[in-house]
Amino acid sequence: MAVKTFLEAIREGLRQEMARDARVIIYGEDVAVRGGVFRVTEGLLAEFGADRVIDSPLAEAAIVGTAVGAAVNGLRPVPEIQFADFIFPAFNQIVQEAARMRYRSNNDFEVPIVIRAPFGGGVRGGLYHSQSVEAFFAHVPGMSVVIPSTPYDAKGLLAAAIDQPDPVLFLEHKALYRSIRGEVPDERYLIQLGKAERKREGTDVTVICYGLMVGFALKAAETLANEGISLEVVDLRSIRPLDREAIVESVRKTGKVMVVHEDNKTGGFGAEISAVIAEEALFYLDAPIVRLTGLDVPAMGFSPPLEHAFMVTAEKITEAARELARF
Amino acid sequence: MAHTVVMPQLGESVTEGTIGQWLKKVGDPVEEYESLLEVLTDKVNAEVPSPVGGTLSKILVEEGKMVAVGTPICEIAVEAGAQAGEEASPERAEATTAPSPPPAPTQEPAAAKTAGSERGRYSPAVRRLAAENGIDPGTLTGTGSGGRITRNDVLRALEAETAADKAKPAASAAPAGSVPVAGAPAVIAEGDEVLPLTPVRSIIAERMVRSKATVPHAWLMMEIDVTNLALLRNRAKEGFKAREGMSLTYLPFMLKSVTSALRKVPIINAQWNGDSIVMKKRINLGVAMDTERGLVVPVIRDADRLSIVGLAASTQDLAQRARAGRLTMDDLGPGTFTVDNTGAVGTILTYPIINAPEVAIVTMEAVVRRPMVVDDMIAIRSMVNCCISFDHRVVDGADAARFLRELKRSLEAYGPDTEL
Repeated sequence: MAVKTFLEAIREGLRQEMARDARVIIYGEDVAVRGGVFRVTEGLLAEFGADRVIDSPLAEAAIVGTAVGAAVNGLRPVPEIQFADFIFPAFNQIVQEAARMRYRSNNDFEVPIVIRAPFGGGVRGGLYHSQSVEAFFAHVPGMSVVIPSTPYDAKGLLAAAIDQPDPVLFLEHKALYRSIRGEVPDERYLIQLGKAERKREGTDVTVICYGLMVGFALKAAETLANEGISLEVVDLRSIRPLDREAIVESVRKTGKVMVVHEDNKTGGFGAEISAVIAEEALFYLDAPIVRLTGLDVPAMGFSPPLEHAFMVTAEKITEAARELARF
Repeated sequence: MAHTVVMPQLGESVTEGTIGQWLKKVGDPVEEYESLLEVLTDKVNAEVPSPVGGTLSKILVEEGKMVAVGTPICEIAVEAGAQAGEEASPERAEATTAPSPPPAPTQEPAAAKTAGSERGRYSPAVRRLAAENGIDPGTLTGTGSGGRITRNDVLRALEAETAADKAKPAASAAPAGSVPVAGAPAVIAEGDEVLPLTPVRSIIAERMVRSKATVPHAWLMMEIDVTNLALLRNRAKEGFKAREGMSLTYLPFMLKSVTSALRKVPIINAQWNGDSIVMKKRINLGVAMDTERGLVVPVIRDADRLSIVGLAASTQDLAQRARAGRLTMDDLGPGTFTVDNTGAVGTILTYPIINAPEVAIVTMEAVVRRPMVVDDMIAIRSMVNCCISFDHRVVDGADAARFLRELKRSLEAYGPDTEL
């Protein structure tokens, strides 16, 4: 076991899966020679060769489209979309082809691809390098959407995603890559998709979140513990499949829920979580469900004040959770 | 410097008001006389103008809270020197209703107010726990924001109860004396819809409970033959419509006759005042009206000075504005007596609740054609029942009956040839 960054944990996960299974190939913009713009795939070209680590043209529809074809023909591609903001040209391939292939072919074909995409803001990325895209894809039956929050989870979830036979969108928050470290076992291990984890036990307010927000929520929980307010932090880890039981169990315990995500509010994934709670735990609610999210504006601004205004922060979570606890 | 705005007295008998909506946010510039907020009292909304120009710097009472007249509700920052006449303006808001003593401290204990509009509104968790354990949440003290009863309050009460059970003396569960809205909790089954109370509904509920709980209601009914009035109305209605542009109903005749009966039996136009009885000089008739938002009772001032045409015009105007939600504080009172035209919804007998502090309320039921004995013959007559609920502290049965007899005589005096 060694302490690794979020980025190193993902790289190690990729390397182990490639070493274990020759069908696993990687391609995307700048992933081979350059080792990816964030250096996630650095060293893999040297280790596994140009047949398995491939620089693609700057064409997202083609990246995912050829991955679908390769997967149907027996490979296990792990394509990378350089920034989640640029995934939309591939939307048709992901939603129409990858997610529906099993159904459309009456189970004759499957599409075991894992699309990795750095997402999220708070890194001075401006409009085209800050977006959160999970809600668009979580809506689609036939695929999974995984969003890890720690190095340990990232490696285990990536291995499980590559291991299973259907398309997965694997969203890696850019702000986590080098900012957090954690113990990561050297050996391979799997974390089942669709299982949330309670990252902190508490009694007063449940915070449901994923990705970068988990660390923020934990920080808020620390602050509020000094004031005698006890937060429970539930990390969904994957939003499709969704661990409804974990959500309901925690809500039944605390009676007060806050849903936190960086994506903007309207139609964001928090709406789905809120609906699950309303459907399954209404009579345990002691306060209205609170959604703390990014703003309903077209983009996160490039200037620091605008970026800060958009981003959900540990301070904003602290404030909202304090108010909810007092309600 | 900051100017403190207080809850204005929006009517003679008004002692408190509920903040309906703030029309300005903290930081907003406000001009003198510009509307600051909406206040709900006596079943309507009234906009409160700013007494000074400046910037709204602090809101002291949030929406939905009820506070006594004279309670500070917000502060307005006024630029020093910019507003020379400003000292004078605060007075004028109060000056309109001046002579009453400074209204600040009302008799009600402040604690009763903390719950405010949250009273009777509980979260699903509180309702479920209370129902499962047979606790009335209305009896608990809330520790949540604005005095809200939280889930933990119920859990603590449960713990206290079990502890008390063990420790014998059978728990002083709650002083059942706090009466109003609590009562038996509703049983909520799957599929039931729970509607939150609108401010108007809360006010209606509060006043009805207060009247029923504090006023000893007694009741009488008299049947009145309006055959000749019906003939008059049939004869006159087309000409009336052409001339006045509105339909001729029975209501203005009823109101006219009520005013003359009140003159003959003035005790019906009185008010209970604790240790005395106030005989009202003016006759201001409240007319109960059903609207989408609930019951409203606009008032026709000095109804005794109006003709049939004048009464018809007043009621039509009030009804239209009530339906459109455009009544003003002036339309609301103060009333001295209330008429409820229940016949409009087809009833023939009702038991109305008195609009306290008035001492009686009369209904006009549906006009129905019935066989009656007239001069030893059976005839088809247009009959209407008039019911009166009266405050038996002030009005005796004989007075109430006398009032109805006067009403009857007046209504039966109309003939097909009466000039309008």
